[in-house]
Amino acid sequence: MNVFDYVNYWIAILLLIVGIYIVIARGNLVKKLVGLSIFQTSVYLIYISPGKIIGATAPIIAEGFELYSNPLPHVLILTAIVVGVATLALGLAIVVRINEAYGTIEEDEIHAQDQDPE
Amino acid sequence: MIAAHLPALQVVLPLIAAPVCVLLRRPLAAWLLALIATWASAAVAIALLLQVLEGGTISYMLGSWAAPWGIEYRVDIVNAFLLVLVSGIGSVVVLYARASVGYEIPVERQYLFWTAYLLCLAGLLGIAITGDGFNVFVFLEISSLGTYILIALGRDRRALVASYQYLIMGTIGATFIVIGVGLLYLLTGTLNLADLSSRIGSVSHPRPQLAALAFLTVGISLKLALFPLHLWLPNAYAYAPSAAAAFLSATATKVAVYLLLRFYFSVFGQSQVFAHLPLPEVLLVLSLAAMFVASTVAVFQRDVKRMFAYSSVAQIGYITLGASFVSLTGLTGGIVHLFNHAVAKGAIFLLLGCVALRMGQPTIERMAGLGKRMPWTTAGLTIGGLSLIGVPGTVGFVSKWYLVLAALERGWWWLAIAVLISSLIAVVYVWRLVEVCYFRDPSGHEDRVSEAPLSMLVPALLLAAACIFFGLYTSATVGTAAQAARSLLENLR
Amino acid sequence: MSALASPQLALAVPVVGAVLIAITGRWPNLREGVTLVTSAVLLTVVASVLPDVLAGNRPEATLLTMLPDLALELRVEPLGMLFALVASALWIANSIYSIGYMRANQEQHQTRFYVCFAIALASTMGIAFAGNLLTLFLFYEALTLSTYPLVTHHGTPEVKRAGRVYLGILLGTSIGMLLLAIIWTWALAGTLEFRHGGILAGRASEAAIAVLLALYMFGIGKAALMPFHRWLPAAMVAPTPVSALLHAVAVVKAGVFSVVKVIVYVFGPDTLATVGWAQWLPVVAGFTIIAASIVALRSDNLKRRLAYSTVSQLSYVVMAAALLTPVSIAAAALHIAVHAFSKITLFFAAGAIYTAAHKTEVSELHGIGRRMPVTMTAFAIGALSLIGIPPMAGFLSKWYMMIGAFDARHLFAVVVLAVSTLLNAAYFLPIIHAAFFRSEGPPVRDHGEAPLPMLIATSATAAATIGLSIFPYLALALTGALTQR
Repeated sequence: MNVFDYVNYWIAILLLIVGIYIVIARGNLVKKLVGLSIFQTSVYLIYISPGKIIGATAPIIAEGFELYSNPLPHVLILTAIVVGVATLALGLAIVVRINEAYGTIEEDEIHAQDQDPE
Repeated sequence: MIAAHLPALQVVLPLIAAPVCVLLRRPLAAWLLALIATWASAAVAIALLLQVLEGGTISYMLGSWAAPWGIEYRVDIVNAFLLVLVSGIGSVVVLYARASVGYEIPVERQYLFWTAYLLCLAGLLGIAITGDGFNVFVFLEISSLGTYILIALGRDRRALVASYQYLIMGTIGATFIVIGVGLLYLLTGTLNLADLSSRIGSVSHPRPQLAALAFLTVGISLKLALFPLHLWLPNAYAYAPSAAAAFLSATATKVAVYLLLRFYFSVFGQSQVFAHLPLPEVLLVLSLAAMFVASTVAVFQRDVKRMFAYSSVAQIGYITLGASFVSLTGLTGGIVHLFNHAVAKGAIFLLLGCVALRMGQPTIERMAGLGKRMPWTTAGLTIGGLSLIGVPGTVGFVSKWYLVLAALERGWWWLAIAVLISSLIAVVYVWRLVEVCYFRDPSGHEDRVSEAPLSMLVPALLLAAACIFFGLYTSATVGTAAQAARSLLENLR
Repeated sequence: MSALASPQLALAVPVVGAVLIAITGRWPNLREGVTLVTSAVLLTVVASVLPDVLAGNRPEATLLTMLPDLALELRVEPLGMLFALVASALWIANSIYSIGYMRANQEQHQTRFYVCFAIALASTMGIAFAGNLLTLFLFYEALTLSTYPLVTHHGTPEVKRAGRVYLGILLGTSIGMLLLAIIWTWALAGTLEFRHGGILAGRASEAAIAVLLALYMFGIGKAALMPFHRWLPAAMVAPTPVSALLHAVAVVKAGVFSVVKVIVYVFGPDTLATVGWAQWLPVVAGFTIIAASIVALRSDNLKRRLAYSTVSQLSYVVMAAALLTPVSIAAAALHIAVHAFSKITLFFAAGAIYTAAHKTEVSELHGIGRRMPVTMTAFAIGALSLIGIPPMAGFLSKWYMMIGAFDARHLFAVVVLAVSTLLNAAYFLPIIHAAFFRSEGPPVRDHGEAPLPMLIATSATAAATIGLSIFPYLALALTGALTQR
């Protein structure tokens, strides 16, 4: 197996791990959302990469075009991107409100504020 | 003519109502629209169930694109049961929520509550009814986004943190699910669940299947709040608005369980992958952990909503325990507990909402002497609590009966004992609440509270009465659950 | 007449009564009247079923189908008939007594008290007439839950703690062991019906039957088999009418009734006799008899002494049933009735002493017989019956137990019966002696008999005890029919 033949997938895995690591390791709420977005882009790669067939074109129904790459993953990923954007927007909105309520967007400071009046 | 398009209407009705709600700024108008949409969905769900009971599985092509290329809505006995459950609970909650929302959420934001609720309902119904793998992800995210908003509308600022935490974990979960679906697509070339199940048997490589199964399991377990991926649930249910907590506790996790059952039994049923992975055993261990650990943690909670949230995690353990038996009795017990727990927990959270209306966030200290001030509410909470324990005559008993029977059929007497002992842990935290309500005298400012308004009390007590009704007249629930279990098991190798 | 003689009616009457009591709560005299009328009607209904049963019929009724293939069923057979008769008759006495006691002691929450009482009696009827194990279990749990508010009536922290012991042990044993046993029986036998000869014959291995027996016997916590007996003395925090109900009318009787029913109709004496591993039961029961008697001997608190006496007497029933001969099983059933009447008399007397003299300890009772002759005579009657002195009814049941023990060649049981009789005498006779033949210490306060309703009730049950001794024929007919057919 030649590593470079599958470079897309290696990158996808890297993005996946990096994304989840950021979510877990960083305490800043916005950074967590960034990590989440990075994690989601790995999904895009996992879907789209196999769709591409070497030597194939877009599905054009005309003379001379026989081999088509799969267009379906692109459709699916467009949906997934939209979902990701919506989630990110909602997440950021919640972070804004958390900042209004707590005065900080650092996770440990928020926990500390929540523990005290318990 | 409408009858032919019922599957589409099931999702379209709440989905269209949601943006219309945004346009209707007035809280009363928004609530009315939500009420009509929910009740219409419930009517559609019941019609679908009747159709399925008569004629078998319904297959509906969205946009008339034939499966497996188009998106198919496939209604069989399993998800028809779930559709009725989700929309039924929604119908009761929406009656209740007018006063509850009116109190807990600022007037200018109330229409947003109804919008988010309708999105959530549409999403949950969509997950249940769709027969396409990617469509599952889309509806899952629709319902999840609605859920995040619902939770964030809670009064306490900790609701925001809880919502954020759920957002992070829920999105990771949904993304894992979509990775799993993607891997399945790569293996078989189709996204249609029924098509997947027939093609997956001929796939020879186990490793990608295992990977897909693993991603799907972890992703769904995050949504399901299966131990140890349950950490978002206690805070989310404790700080969400009461109506939202009631609705979510009764429906969201149940739909996730359905998803698990659908993927394990229907999609992977013909696959050889289970020979490589002792999945039932893993599920069994996690379920036991959920039952014991969550019940024990519940005992130590001071916030009553949080206590019952942990109780939910434990009860979900019972459902997955039933599934892990992979036998007719066990699966019937698990599926019937889907219904039974939804009714019991829905009743409990609705009643806690009545308490919250009168005295703010219910804690053990504040609920002292509640039996005198709010006798009906306390009686309803006692009935719900008895259901969680599994006293005969309540819904909880029926589920426990099947679970213990399934364990004994396998000869796993230690498991039967474990199920019964975990019920005894429930006695501890339920009875602590009962004692506090009935034995202590009300403290200070609490002695001026009275019962919640009838519009809240009646739906709540209706669900509490259902706890007893469906505990005695079980033929509808158990019969349907058994049929559903049978249809799921038929697909296994 | 046949419409009146239906088992469901026996269930419905106390429930309707409970509702009516709740409604009339604000008018105490009316409310008390409702209780009395309800109990009288119940006795009439139960008595009307009697001729049918004596004729050999077994009236049945199906209430509802709770689980697939399993319905809630009622089926009247001789032992259940006896239990229902005893319970409903004693409810009348207990109601009269309660009226006197609650008013004299100015107890709070009286409506709740009477409502829970009625529901507890409804549950008792359900247990008595249960046609299968599921029905029995349902009403058994209902009894636990409906008596909890009665036990914790006073609402003080100490009472709350006792309530936890009560509920904890009863629910713990029933959910942890009895339910397991029932579901296991269902898995083994495919039915939960009570049948002559049992339903487990040939369905389970010897080891399984032995374990199942243990699960049933310890799971039926209301039979107070050691070590699951602690709930009984804990429940003494309740007002005395409740203790009388617990210890004579309903709760403990439901326990030993269930034990006998399980031995006779689920296992079957023949099946059990062949299982060598099952012979632990008479030993454990015998041990409970002796141990509880010793604790009773050493208790100064009168109610506590009576409580441990009950623990001991219950194990008489269990041990006799465990000997598995027809005579001993009939003796066990007879002792259920005998102990009911005798023990309720003793508790009534104890409550009267508390109400009139505010005395709770045995050592305080010197010379009280002079001030409360009727009460103490009743006490004496009940005590003599339990000791087993002829011609009292208690002698009859003990005699049959002895015969049964000899029949079964069970030396241990014979010894236990003899020794425990001596112990019973040791903890009862001194009370009677001190009451009548010792003089009072420095007089604390002047008092006479207890209020009239309590006196009437106490005398009635004492008279019934004597009556049972002179006319045991009905009881004998019913208990004799138990092991036939």
